[in-house]
Amino acid sequence: MEQLLDRIIAGFEAADIEKRKDGQVFFTVPKPKVLPLINHLKMFEGFRNLILMTAVDWIEDNQFQITYLLNNPDTKTDLGIRTFIGRDGEGMDSIHELWGHAATFQREMKEMFGIGFPGSPRVDEPFLLEGWDDIPPMRREFDTKKYSEETYFPRPGRETHDPATYMKQKLYPND
Amino acid sequence: MIDPVQKIFRFQPDRSLYPETGADGKPVIRLDSGKFIKVWQGPNHPGVTGNMSLELTISGDEVVESKTHVGYLHRGFEKLFERRRYIQCFPTCIRMCVPEPDTNEYNLARGTEELAGIEVPETANWLRMLALEMARLQVLLRMVPGQAATMGLGLGAQWGMYFRELILDRFEELTGGRIYHMYILPGGVRGMMPDGFRERLGENLKKIDGFIKDIDKLIFHNAVFRKRTIGIGHIPADWVDHYGITGPVARAAGFKRDVRKDYPYLYYHQINFDYNIEHDSDVFARFLVRRKDLETTVDILRQIMAKMPEKGIIRAETPNVLHWRIPKGETYVRCESSRGEYGFYMVSDGSMYPRRINLRGPSYTHAVSVLERLLVNANISDISSIMVSLATCPPEIER
Repeated sequence: MEQLLDRIIAGFEAADIEKRKDGQVFFTVPKPKVLPLINHLKMFEGFRNLILMTAVDWIEDNQFQITYLLNNPDTKTDLGIRTFIGRDGEGMDSIHELWGHAATFQREMKEMFGIGFPGSPRVDEPFLLEGWDDIPPMRREFDTKKYSEETYFPRPGRETHDPATYMKQKLYPND
Repeated sequence: MIDPVQKIFRFQPDRSLYPETGADGKPVIRLDSGKFIKVWQGPNHPGVTGNMSLELTISGDEVVESKTHVGYLHRGFEKLFERRRYIQCFPTCIRMCVPEPDTNEYNLARGTEELAGIEVPETANWLRMLALEMARLQVLLRMVPGQAATMGLGLGAQWGMYFRELILDRFEELTGGRIYHMYILPGGVRGMMPDGFRERLGENLKKIDGFIKDIDKLIFHNAVFRKRTIGIGHIPADWVDHYGITGPVARAAGFKRDVRKDYPYLYYHQINFDYNIEHDSDVFARFLVRRKDLETTVDILRQIMAKMPEKGIIRAETPNVLHWRIPKGETYVRCESSRGEYGFYMVSDGSMYPRRINLRGPSYTHAVSVLERLLVNANISDISSIMVSLATCPPEIER
């Protein structure tokens, strides 16, 4: 793993390396290096399994983190590749040519975060939300509570508890 | 002269003539040509697992194109997590897979513990294994005979439900709940086994031993079942990594893939069991693997009960869970569910709320990209059988 990381650092400018546990490392690479790195890992390093691909919204930094989690089933190792892109309509290179299920991840990220993957099959087709015309709902600025209050009627006669207050009474009554 | 009814049944659609292949290499499907019809299977259909739907384009009685539609059960779990403290995520996360909720509890607890650096006591880990294997057993008791129901043999499915209920009785004793347990929490579990639990579980396992022999006779030796499943829904070996196929579906294609052995967690390294492998990679092979998994699970449960400490600490000390700030970091935790690798990707920003929790369940690829490709050229009567053999569970797609 150490030698592999050295090669990735030297060839693909990997930084912020976080070794979580044996056989699992997360690191960040610049956006232009992502596709060459993933190609390299798949073709030459045995990381032939794409476990997942998802986004994390860092709204305070005006960035999306895109994480690719690759797995080498022979050495039983996972690499979490992070990259950051702008939140204002910046797209990402598609990896649908490399894995058959990558297009599904990308289609979901387009719908839920608004991240574009030009060229990815059916990327503009709705994944879950047919007829959705609001902002992509997994963006941090989308307020589920507000949406729910505006969209659905409260049921009359229903008693509600604030979950945090209720749990405090139950778990830590003397605090 | 051929009887017109006979003529209908003798109809063999000549798939070499249509659909024609376009310049882009894809089939040209024009609904107004009269050669194709569009059929929706689901979201409410006995041959569909849960609330999902297949948009099928049919030619004769064969599928030309299939598109999976999900979203009928979307409750926005991953969004809800971002507004809840870690402990408040537990009642929500279990809803992501109704048949086997314990894998969600376990992954969420383990991810939180990894990020917070919590060590779980030994007895609690054995109890977690017990809960996870009981969950696997009750799913397999429903799923293995349930496969026969997709081709009209409903007896096995109903019969299996009785044995599943026996395990749900044990869950009720252990956790207080039958379907959703919320038994596994950060630091350990909620309670020890009640008195006499081992004996009662042992009796249940004996009955299940007998049931496995019965379903062999009813289903696996059944000529109709074999005819309808052997050679159907074949998954080539090179699809496994290309589509991220896991669990029994990968093992039925000859791959040694089992998270319990490949990435040992809890005390699975102290348990003696092997990969259950088949090579034909069709519907029958997938269910043969699950049938072997059923026997293996019963055996693992017996080993767990033999090794389980009589008493011990069941929960590590944790900070006040309502003010618990989880250190900044990220992790991916996985376990082997009855359907395959089940993982949580968790990101903490150092606050009391998760920044992101992302579920990667086997159905995400099995029910969408794999199923869409596998159904092309399948007979419409085999759709349910193929789909159930992939063990699709829509809530884990549309978290």
